[in-house]
Amino acid sequence: MAKIKLDNIRHSYYPNPSSDDDFALKRVHFDWDDGGAYALLGPSGCGKTTLLNIISGLLEPSHGKLLFDETEVTSLSPSERNIAQVFQFPVIYDTMTVYDNLAFPLRNRGVDEARIDVKVREISSMLEIDDLLQTKAAGLSPDNKQKISLGRGLVREDVNVIMFDEPLTVIDPHLKWKLRSKLKELHQKVKTTMIYVTHDQTEALTFADQVVVMNFGQVLQVGTPDALFERPEHTFVGHFIGSPGMNVLPVEIVDGQVSLGGHVVEVSSPLVEAEGKSLEIGVRPEFVRISEQGIPATVVNVMDVGRHKVLQTIVGTQKVFAVLNEDQPVPEGSTYLSFDKPQTRLYKDGWLVDLTYEYEVL
Amino acid sequence: MKTENPRAWLLVLPVILLVAFNALIPLMTVVNYSVQETFGNNVFFWQGVDWFEQVLHSERFHDALGRQFLFTGIILAVEIPLGVAIALAMPRKGIWVPVCLILMSLPLLIPWNVVGAMWNIFTLPDIGLMGYGLNWLGIDYNMTQSPLAAWVTLIIMDVWHWTSLVVLLSYAGLVSIPDAYYQAAEIDGASKWSVFRYIQLPKMKQVLMIAILLRFMDSFMIYTEPFVLTGGGPGNSTTLLSIDLVKVALGQFDLGPAAAMSLIYFAITLLVSWVFYTIMNKDVKE
Repeated sequence: MAKIKLDNIRHSYYPNPSSDDDFALKRVHFDWDDGGAYALLGPSGCGKTTLLNIISGLLEPSHGKLLFDETEVTSLSPSERNIAQVFQFPVIYDTMTVYDNLAFPLRNRGVDEARIDVKVREISSMLEIDDLLQTKAAGLSPDNKQKISLGRGLVREDVNVIMFDEPLTVIDPHLKWKLRSKLKELHQKVKTTMIYVTHDQTEALTFADQVVVMNFGQVLQVGTPDALFERPEHTFVGHFIGSPGMNVLPVEIVDGQVSLGGHVVEVSSPLVEAEGKSLEIGVRPEFVRISEQGIPATVVNVMDVGRHKVLQTIVGTQKVFAVLNEDQPVPEGSTYLSFDKPQTRLYKDGWLVDLTYEYEVL
Repeated sequence: MKTENPRAWLLVLPVILLVAFNALIPLMTVVNYSVQETFGNNVFFWQGVDWFEQVLHSERFHDALGRQFLFTGIILAVEIPLGVAIALAMPRKGIWVPVCLILMSLPLLIPWNVVGAMWNIFTLPDIGLMGYGLNWLGIDYNMTQSPLAAWVTLIIMDVWHWTSLVVLLSYAGLVSIPDAYYQAAEIDGASKWSVFRYIQLPKMKQVLMIAILLRFMDSFMIYTEPFVLTGGGPGNSTTLLSIDLVKVALGQFDLGPAAAMSLIYFAITLLVSWVFYTIMNKDVKE
């Protein structure tokens, strides 16, 4: 077990990167605490897998250092780092039995057979594959194969970190839920640092204590699921997390006030000069209210999603979503919207303006 | 709903005709010869299974068959491991991939009789590069006189000509293994040998099976190259089955025994291929 420190990591797949766009990882500077359950969340192509492979040692970063408990491991091989990783698609050793598959990482490290037997049986009962132990791994169904891959990742107890690279892609939906809770349960038992990579917010929010949201090759925000919801530090985070995502609307500063198409909006953030960059306000649909006066809007659609209704309106040329309770009357045609001030924030060039620290823009 | 249209058979007709003319009719002709005696003028006398008995009891046939199995055994034992080893050593990506692939394919593109002629000249003790070179080094090498030299030359020639096929097939099997397998093995702490034993070999199994079958059948029926290289000599030392067959059929014009011999030869090839296939396929299914 170890604290993992990413010290100014940058990576480019090109030999001579000339501009920022050539970097798959622009700059990541961040610590993973020992024993944490992390989710690495972001859309496809955002640099998640690159970051994961740098931590596991399958890839050496072009710049920066990686430390496990203050020991530099940047150029060590995956086996020297003593980590475990589970891949998106099941990797199994076809010619071996399920038992031998699970025992393989331990046998390679010279663990004695009695200890191996204990560990293998512990893992197999946890994954509910006891009755498969003596069958050949080749003929199994995809989800059983993936369970074996998971098992091989979990079977060693002394690893520094276990990484899961979208491990439930091939699993049936009803099993997904079960396996995810199993992983969570396991984390509480073994307290090994776990990093769970996914592009699915439900998976990330249910598994992790801390969610790391990535996009454009950088970390946008690290926080608890609540923090990500309550106070997105980047418009992408607001948009990506939540269903529907945060409303992001371009605004101007006129006479010391925030103006949305000529209508004044009160925000909780300090006001800043645009300096040629884009200014936007972000407000989650949960904090958009229907009111007697305020910002004129046109209702275009209502979606009933069970416990609440999602109202789709147009303000100017922008779509704005609002969440209504089941018992609230649904307005038709023209109406007025107001935004809860404490939950309405100002974003400059994508970033929340009231951040006390500033990300270095490269 | 199932519709049947008898006219569909018309579509298969060209293939049936083709197979009839290039396989069935010649084969039946051979069967015809194998049970009769002829002195020409299309006069035939019924012989029953006499020719088969004669061939099966002939020491000459036994010797040729023995040499054939020895030859095939040696070249399989050399070419399969060597081919796999070369495939493992070949680069998986980068600009050297096409270079290696083209170099590997070259021997396969040379006509068989040219291969024989090339090696014949190559090994001549007075002017051939290899023959002259070996003798210059003090090694007494003359494959027209020494059976051992003839065998060694024949085997090296076949290895040179056909190992590429095993390489290309194994390589195809290797490149189809997703990166994640190697990455997982690295994380599991697997040794190079374990990676080969538990990942590469199992994934190559199917193509290796095809490689072994092809190399078995081809080498078991080899004719052109040894015919051009040694002509079966010195003495009968490199007279493999097919060379012996041609000697009986066209040299002595014993059409009956030659026909019986062909059929026995065919049956052996078929039987061994089937055994190979069954054993290996059974293992795959498990």
